[in-house]
Amino acid sequence: MRVGVITFPGTLDDVDAVRAVRIAGGEPVHLWHADHDLRGVDALVVPGGFSYGDYLRAGAIAARAPIMDEVVAAADRGMPVLGICNGFQILCEAGLLPGALTRNAGLHFVCRDLRLRVESAATAWTGSFAAGQEIVVPLKSGEGRYVADAATLVQLEREGRVVFRYVDAAPNGSMGDIAGVASANGRVVGLMPHPEHAIDPLTGPSADGLGLFTAVLAAVASA
Amino acid sequence: MPKPEILDPQGQAVAGALHRLGVAGVTEVRQGKHFELEVDDAVDDDTLHRIAGSLLANPVIEDWRVTRA
Repeated sequence: MRVGVITFPGTLDDVDAVRAVRIAGGEPVHLWHADHDLRGVDALVVPGGFSYGDYLRAGAIAARAPIMDEVVAAADRGMPVLGICNGFQILCEAGLLPGALTRNAGLHFVCRDLRLRVESAATAWTGSFAAGQEIVVPLKSGEGRYVADAATLVQLEREGRVVFRYVDAAPNGSMGDIAGVASANGRVVGLMPHPEHAIDPLTGPSADGLGLFTAVLAAVASA
Repeated sequence: MPKPEILDPQGQAVAGALHRLGVAGVTEVRQGKHFELEVDDAVDDDTLHRIAGSLLANPVIEDWRVTRA
């Protein structure tokens, strides 16, 4: 099972994402922002960092990079896509996920381990969890405040597309304490916290994050 | 500019600084962005609006307008 991990100029967490894919049992495939080639992957991870220095808006320029044409087309065909942190911002800017990520309320960069509740196990990336399960993963972002208009928030809640929620009050002021959302078909998921940093208790606060990567392998295998 | 309903913590920080400097009467500050583009005469308003709405601004969280100098 080939899982692509995209590197943009300024991406930081592609190495950890590749490691997470490998430890989950998948074959990681490095993808480059300037290419129009997904190299035959079965799923995609858009990792965190500060693509293009976060110039203009976080994720705004990366969302218009050449490879994103292929990512959008693949997502339209139903390929699972996971956006983590800056990757979540990129998927929102690219129109694959609703809403936007703005400067944290309080203006502080937040870097800490925290508890998330998995609100939906019905996505390509959360099938290894039970709805309501709590996991511990790190959050490290300055522009992680999830916002969307009132109608979109109602729709996300009604359709079960809020995938992750901060258990304690959102440290960045996210509306509805939302930490992650999914596309209507549950194949595209974005979240601000970093599951790829929590795949081994030796190097992270837990191994809870590995569940996203094992889940997508199972989802692709059963497709 | 951030839409009215979008929290603008940067603007709030500026408002707080003005208050500390003793400036009276400033009730709110909203912080936005301003772009100046040098364009050929052939670039029409439709193109400028497309640039503004598709790249320079994020219509999910920002209002924008285009003016010619």
